[in-house]
Amino acid sequence: MDIPRRYKSMFVLPGLITLVLIIIFPLLFTIRVSFSSWNVSSPQMDFVGVANYVTMLSDGRFWAGTLRLVLLAGGTVLIQYVLGFGLALLVWRNVLGRRLWRVLFLVPMMTTPVVMAAIWQTIFHESLGPVNDLLGRLGLEPVRWLTEAGPAVVALMTVEVWQWTPFMFLLMLAGLLSLPKEPFMAAAIDGAGAWRTFREVTFPLMAPVSVSAVIIRLIEASKLSDTVYVLTSGGPGSATESPGYYLYIRALKEQQTGYGGSLSLTYLILMIVTLTVVAALLARALKVKGDS
Amino acid sequence: MPRLYPAFKYTVIALWACFVAGPFMWAATTSFKDANAVQGGATYLPWLQYEPTATGWRNIFGGSGGVDVLGPFLNSALVTVAASAISLVLGSLAAYGLSRFRYRAGFVKNSDIVFFFVSQRIMPPVVLVVPFFYLLQVAGLLDTVPGLVIVTVALLLPIAVWVMVDFFNGIPREIDEMAMLDGCNPLTAFTRAILPNSLPGLTVAAMFCAVFGWNDFFFAFRLTFTEIQTLPQAIVALNSSIPPWWTLSAAALFGISPLVLLAIWVERYLSKGNLSGAIR
Repeated sequence: MDIPRRYKSMFVLPGLITLVLIIIFPLLFTIRVSFSSWNVSSPQMDFVGVANYVTMLSDGRFWAGTLRLVLLAGGTVLIQYVLGFGLALLVWRNVLGRRLWRVLFLVPMMTTPVVMAAIWQTIFHESLGPVNDLLGRLGLEPVRWLTEAGPAVVALMTVEVWQWTPFMFLLMLAGLLSLPKEPFMAAAIDGAGAWRTFREVTFPLMAPVSVSAVIIRLIEASKLSDTVYVLTSGGPGSATESPGYYLYIRALKEQQTGYGGSLSLTYLILMIVTLTVVAALLARALKVKGDS
Repeated sequence: MPRLYPAFKYTVIALWACFVAGPFMWAATTSFKDANAVQGGATYLPWLQYEPTATGWRNIFGGSGGVDVLGPFLNSALVTVAASAISLVLGSLAAYGLSRFRYRAGFVKNSDIVFFFVSQRIMPPVVLVVPFFYLLQVAGLLDTVPGLVIVTVALLLPIAVWVMVDFFNGIPREIDEMAMLDGCNPLTAFTRAILPNSLPGLTVAAMFCAVFGWNDFFFAFRLTFTEIQTLPQAIVALNSSIPPWWTLSAAALFGISPLVLLAIWVERYLSKGNLSGAIR
């Protein structure tokens, strides 16, 4: 089809220009400010070279947060994938109350993360919350969920799994519902059992959906910070601090705009590189054709 | 094994259902407590374990010493609807163009433009929020609804493009061609022939926009202060003061209720098989 140029630009340009205007200027600002000493006492756009980046190299709190995020995001997304896929398989076909389960399993992703984090804070409350109450009824010692490092990480991961497994469930269920029927009939004629059908038919057919679902969740999970802010404020100490939350402390609470800028860019670049590599590896491992 | 399978299946479903519903049940039961009932330790059953009161609910609807949730509710609704509408219009226009025509600018091709749109989701809000603050300040839009709408579009437009490109790819090109043979230009072909067939895709895109727009906290938290407050912001502010759990719980349930209703609607689309084409 021969389409006049002005029509082509009429479709794409409004959106493209809007997004570029909204994103590019802030990004340029951040790049520029990261080479300045801008902070709360002297907000100025001077030029201090790479001083901020040198400081950052020895900023243990930032790097520890980054490593923690890799483990947290990787761990929770893997759990979400296994649970989301498993649950989708369970309510995919004949099951009593199918629609009720489907609605219920979708609900958490619709709820506001910060609001639910506030509710979770009451749930994990040491003396007044239901978790320790139930543990007590089972004869177990109360756990200091939000004031001890290990339990705080478990609490944070629980909240993330609760909130976002539904998203994985949605994508996987939509994928399952769009699968063709023939391969399953063929497997049934071959007399393949449930496990073999899953391993040789369902899983391979779902590989493309799996890769994009995991990547989408990893992208969202790597921005983790609001839930941390409300649930634990990064504590105890910095046991649950993610780079997003650490950036919030440096750039916004302490208003070290220049230093915050350099942290922001490093965080962004690390995320893009890591996610690109992970996406490529996943696609190769599951033999999905490259398709970003 | 085949005979044990149903038992296993329903056990897992029941366990997960309890886990999912737990926080809501807890919030619901807490919202009817008073200070004594909360301080007495965790209880679950009204009347049997504690005497229910409606203080929490009265507090969020203008009771004395309470909070105002209706103002923030309206702000949230306004921002979500406006930002979603802008994102859907701009997003489906761009998505249709990218799905139908070939663009080329130097080494940039269609797939690169799609990638550019979608990849903006990777941007952590904290990276953008400081410059947004100064830009909105210069424009006089700090602490206003239009200011918040603009930054929210940055969050939602990538989602709209992501959903709609795949959706339009699934609509046969013959429909456009027929329309153009009937004398439509590309724009009228889009509005008259394609859009009426795009309701499922637009619904999914609108749903995602609504979820991420309504639930956004960070931008509202840093870019609006006294004049404008959104619902998540108001509820979190409630939490950072010494939290009266009953008011917090009531406000939380109120704040998430519109989108919980959305889940029912989404499931209907899912069952009809309309989501499968739109997601992926």
